[in-house]
Amino acid sequence: MSESVNGVVFFMLAFATIGGALMMLATRNVVHAAYWLLETMLATAGLYLLLSAEFLALVQVLVYAGAVSVLVLFVIMLTLRRRSDAIRPFEPGLGGAIVAALFLGAVYLALTRFVAPAVEMPATAPGVVEFGQIMFTEWALPFEIASLVLLVALVAAVWWSREGEDR
Amino acid sequence: MSPVLAASLRVLIAVGLMMANGVMMIYMLRKVLGHLHLRYGPLHVGWHGLLQTPLDVVKLLTKEDVTPRAVDRWLFRLAPLAVFVPSLMAYAALPFGPGWSIVSLDTGLLYTFAVLSLVPIGLLMAGWASANKWSLLGGMRAAAQQIAYEVPLLLSVLPVVLIAGTMSLGGIVDAQQGLWLGVLPRWFVLNPLGLVAFALFVVAGLVESNQTPFDMSEAESELVTGFATEYSAMKFGLLFLSEFSNQFILSAIGVTVFFGGWMLPWIPVEWYAEIPVLPAAVFIFKVYIGIFVMMWIRGTYPRVRVDRMMELGWKRLIPAGLALVLLTGFIQKAVM
Repeated sequence: MSESVNGVVFFMLAFATIGGALMMLATRNVVHAAYWLLETMLATAGLYLLLSAEFLALVQVLVYAGAVSVLVLFVIMLTLRRRSDAIRPFEPGLGGAIVAALFLGAVYLALTRFVAPAVEMPATAPGVVEFGQIMFTEWALPFEIASLVLLVALVAAVWWSREGEDR
Repeated sequence: MSPVLAASLRVLIAVGLMMANGVMMIYMLRKVLGHLHLRYGPLHVGWHGLLQTPLDVVKLLTKEDVTPRAVDRWLFRLAPLAVFVPSLMAYAALPFGPGWSIVSLDTGLLYTFAVLSLVPIGLLMAGWASANKWSLLGGMRAAAQQIAYEVPLLLSVLPVVLIAGTMSLGGIVDAQQGLWLGVLPRWFVLNPLGLVAFALFVVAGLVESNQTPFDMSEAESELVTGFATEYSAMKFGLLFLSEFSNQFILSAIGVTVFFGGWMLPWIPVEWYAEIPVLPAAVFIFKVYIGIFVMMWIRGTYPRVRVDRMMELGWKRLIPAGLALVLLTGFIQKAVM
């Protein structure tokens, strides 16, 4: 019962993720593209949830969908001079074609060479408590380094955006 | 019953609750604000104007749904849903009684905030799609203020999570059982650290729910109705339903985290098993007290200036919240 329900849900989410990504690329309207990106992020959170990664799914929603995409939308809406500027013409170029070809090659290589690691899955998915314990004991140092990097980026962004006076 | 059917029924219960809350709160808002302004509020339809709101709902449902020509059609139609659905989802983890929640999640608190963080995206969508400068300004303000205050809001409940040792809303309620020194209920609001956290929570919560000292996104006197200006009929109804429902949810979180959830003070927990409806009734009563206080603030204070509000969030509340979390951690380690 629940197996087949999971299967149906997986296909719906997979369709939403890939379809959203395709639509993001296909649409000419930058605002619509930002919303398709958001839809892809939410569907990915759903996929995490399906894998019982509850915490990861929630953080994906809170950080990517809730904050990052709002920032993306903000930047788009603030930098558009006129409303009609939101619709961009389709301008294929040689550079774009080369990047696309390289990316396609890389994806092809990655897919053909990829060997799925045989990891033994635990019978029950570990919860937030286990996750927190491992995060702050075994992985404490990488975690702190990551937060330091983010802090540096944040301070730098504030410094850059500051105009004139004491810069 | 099949799990899919059971889950659908639970969602329907949440929808019903949300609708009932909307109708209830509009009447309450009119009456409470009326009396605060030395008016009566609705009086003529039904006993003390009790039928006014149901009739308004009928009006909203039957009115013409106008779509202005210049709007971005798809986003204009999608926006009320993008606002409504996250609000509805936020009911899922609320504990209405011992074991009485739509789903019981270990990460209930985080879940509720994660879902609520999607609401400003819908508001921004409504603002942009309306093709109206006021609407766009309203949407932008809504998004900016909710992004700014999400962090202090999360930081304000973190001390409680540290003390209770769980993010599950039911678990936080359980951690508040019993009495301190045999007199005071062990509610987190009566804990010195919890009290400071609660003060942060109230300010951040009022901003998150777009309540009046901080309702710059609607600000009738400058923006008409902000993001809702171009909406009519039930699309407008959905936008407002979700706003009322967010108020309910924030009040419910405040009650759960700081005021002992479904428990009454000095009544032993075993008694609740005897009277099954009592916890839910107590919980909803407490939530409405919280909503009443929000309306009281709304009827009392003038609107804050946008830049002042942003400054308060980024420069005062976030550092205060961080300091509080740090202090709670140290004290927690020292005591244990």
